[in-house]
Order: sequence, then C-alpha cells, then structure tokens
Amino acid sequence: MATEKFETALKKLEDIVKRLEGGSLSLEDSLKAFEEGVKHAAFCSRKLDEAERRVEVLLKRKDGTFDREPFEPEE
Amino acid sequence: MALMDIFSEKTILTVSRLTALIRGVLEDNFDQVWVEGEISNLSLPSSGHIYFTLKDSGAQVRCVMFKSAAKNLKFRLSDGMGLIVRGRISVYDQRGEYQIICEYLEPAGIGALQLAFIQLKERLAREGLFDEAHKRPMPRFPKRVGVVTSPTGAAIHDILNVLKRRFASLEVLLYPVRVQGDGAAREIAAAIADMNRLAEVDVLIVGRGGGSLEDLWAFNEEIVARAVRRSRIPIISAVGHETDWTICDFAADLRAPTPSAAAELVSASAEELRGQVESLIHRLRLGIESYLAGRESRLDLLRRALHDPTILMGHLAQRVDDLTERLALGLENSLTRRREQFHRLEQSFSFKNPIHAITDQRQRLQRLESDGNRLIQSKMEGLRLAFGEQAARLEVLSPLSTLARGYAIALKSTDGTVVTDAARLAEGELLRLTFHRGTAACRVESRDT
Repeated sequence: MATEKFETALKKLEDIVKRLEGGSLSLEDSLKAFEEGVKHAAFCSRKLDEAERRVEVLLKRKDGTFDREPFEPEE
Repeated sequence: MALMDIFSEKTILTVSRLTALIRGVLEDNFDQVWVEGEISNLSLPSSGHIYFTLKDSGAQVRCVMFKSAAKNLKFRLSDGMGLIVRGRISVYDQRGEYQIICEYLEPAGIGALQLAFIQLKERLAREGLFDEAHKRPMPRFPKRVGVVTSPTGAAIHDILNVLKRRFASLEVLLYPVRVQGDGAAREIAAAIADMNRLAEVDVLIVGRGGGSLEDLWAFNEEIVARAVRRSRIPIISAVGHETDWTICDFAADLRAPTPSAAAELVSASAEELRGQVESLIHRLRLGIESYLAGRESRLDLLRRALHDPTILMGHLAQRVDDLTERLALGLENSLTRRREQFHRLEQSFSFKNPIHAITDQRQRLQRLESDGNRLIQSKMEGLRLAFGEQAARLEVLSPLSTLARGYAIALKSTDGTVVTDAARLAEGELLRLTFHRGTAACRVESRDT
C-alpha cells in the first residue's frame, strides 16, 4: 500500500534530520544526507498533496460486483 | 339458534356447541384488552409460539403469542417479569380454557426497546463481544475512509463538511444503506461485510445522525454488533448525538460521539502528518545551513591563521578568557542560587519547625499547671477555713475548755465513773478530781443533797 511507502520515507527523513543535527558527520556525508533528506521530503509532500479529496459512492450490482460513482451530497 | 333460546327453552347442547357459543360471547366482547400481570410457566417451544400464564395475587389467565406476532418481539421474556399484554380473548376448545391471544407485549415499568437494549447489551458483554482485547487499533495515517450510512442523511453531510474544512486529503468511499426501519440492520451488517471483502479502506465509519430511540434502533440490533466485531477493518461507530449510546458503539473499536467527531478523528492524523513533514523539512534545511556555516567560519579562521598564526593564538586566548570569566560567573551564580535556596529552606523550616510547636505546648502546659495549682490552693484555703470553724465549734463542746474556766470533773476512784449526783457518794469515799491541768485525789468529808 502507498501508505507503507510514505511511512518508510517519513521514518528515513526523521533519521536523516537527527543525524544532520547531531553535527558529527563529515562534510561529504552531511551533503549526501541533506540531498537524500530532500528527496524523502519531496516524496512525502507529494504523497500528501496528490491524494485529492475524492468522494465516491459504491453501487452494488445484481451479480454482487460494485460500480463506483462520484458522490455529490445534496445541499 | 339465538343465544336467548338457550335460556328460554330446555335445549340440550353438545359440549362443542356450548364451547362455540361461549367462545362467540368472549370473542365479541373482549376483542381488544390490555392486561398487566406477572409471567409464570413460560414455555418457548421450537414452533416459535410463546406460551405463558399471566397472574396477579388473585387470579391467572393463560396467554399465547403466535409466531407471526412473536417475531417482532425485541426483548426476552422470563418467569417473574412484569408484563403488559395487548390481545383478544379466545377459547381453546380442546381444553375448555379461555386465553389471551397476545398481539403485543411490553415490559411493565420500562419501555420494550429499553429493556431489549439492556438485555442484548448484557448478553453480548457476557459473551465478551465488547472486550477491550478485541479492539483493533486505529490506523495512524488513514488514506481511504469507508462510510456506511444513508446517502441522504445528516451523517454523510456532516462528515464531508468536516473533511473539507480541515483540507484532509482523504478518499471517501460511501456505502449507501438505509439506517432505519425494517431491514436496515441487515443492510448495515451486509455493508460492513462487503467493505471487508473489498478491503479498500483503512478505516470504516458506521453511523447516522440523531433521532429517537426507535430511529436509532438498527444500530442496537445483534446482527450489526456481530458484523462490527467480525470486521477486519477498524470501525468507528458514530450514531446520533453525544448522549446516544448504542450496541454498535460498544462493539466498535472506537466510539465517536457524533458523525462529525468521527470525521475529525480520521482527519486529525492527516493534519498532524502534514505538520510533521513540514517541520522535518524545516529542520533539514536548518541542519545543513548551520552545519555549513560552522564549517565556513572555522575554515575562515584557519585560513587567516595560515597567514598569521598569532590570530589563532589570540583567538584561543580570547576563548580561554571568555571561558574563565564564564566559569567564575557560573560559580558565583550557582553559589548565590544555593544561598537563596538555603534561606528559603531555612525560613520555611523555622516556620514549620516542630520546636515551636513543642514550646507552645510546653507554655500551655505550664499555664495549665499554674492554673491548677492556684485552683488547688484556693480550694485548700477554703477547706482550711471550714476546718477552723468546725474546730472552734468543737472547742465549745469540749470539756477541756470548761475545765479551763475553773470547773473540775469528779470521778469515783473505785470504778472511774463520773460523779454527777452527790447522793451517790458515801462519806470517806475516795474521788479523783480532774482539773484543767492535772488531777488530785480527794476524800469526801461530807455531802449535802
């Protein structure tokens, strides 16, 4: 599930930030960590944004399978 | 044959005919009665009909509720239960018994639905259906939310409004069901099962907007409670208002007071998540910036030191001075702080010091002691005075004082008796006279009576 990947990315981002804040990395490792962190951050943000608020209603067919339609609540 | 004829002529009836006639009379006159009594001899055979006796302290009547009516009964009957019965009177020909054919039953003193709710809740609780151990944890980051409710009801409306207001990036999958009336409970239970088969949502909200106890009843049905418990997808129950509790609420993994609250519960984590990512991005940028800035200034210093080593020396010396000063200041601050702390403690100590309490008590004791002494002394004084008076009175009665005034007591020498009558003396008899001081032996020379 996409949720899993998101959580993994979030966890990695967390670890990177902590290591960077620790300040014991070499310059090269720091830059590498930063670069990696930016990638994970972008992934997380994208995942959060791309899930648009879709509202669907399930319609059960006679054979037991389902149709989906966009749901518009009556005002 | 008209009924009157039976009484006017000598008509011989068969037992069946008589019974049929009696039945006619009873059924015509008691086609709708309400009776209250206590259940006894309850019998629930597999046929689905219900048989019992309704009684009070003075009488009893047989009752039957046929399967067609009994299937609408929400609560369970038991012997001893107070019951209100609506029905008609009929006669059971084979036994020659009249009985109430019950169409409707309600418990005496409490509503039928209320009793049904209490009974089902107790039964399912005993079975362990509501045990905390069964509760599935809510997903931390739900992406897709299933909603089982009416597509035209207030619940879905409220849920979507909350999600919109919170900019929650959640997908919503609505499974439309009827939420009240006949068959609603079955639809809700089937929807929960279908949602589990589809396995597309991370969490399921099951509920409806507010209404009367009757309106909410589908959520108090056993079939819904069991479907909720069987679900693999965590379920939030959101039925009616905050004060409405349903069996579905108890069976669910989480109970939201209202549908809106349920929407807030599932979107809170999404919002929290967004904040978390944003703060991590901020810290990432800050982290690399401060790291680079630190390196840069160090590099700068080293570069200049290459040209002029004294710069580095000066820098280090300054650092030593700085540290020394901070050390001294730190020590002083620490001392001052400790001193203040000590004073504070001392004050609070002397305030609460038990010595003071002891001194107080001791003074009080001394006060009590001297008060006591004074009391005893004045009492003694009084007693002494009283004693003096008594003693003075005693003095008056004492022969000693009489003797002091010059009288003497004469005692016979022979037997020591006091002489009060000269006639009792013989001449020449020896007397002993007792004076105020001392005694003397005397002889009677003469007597004069």
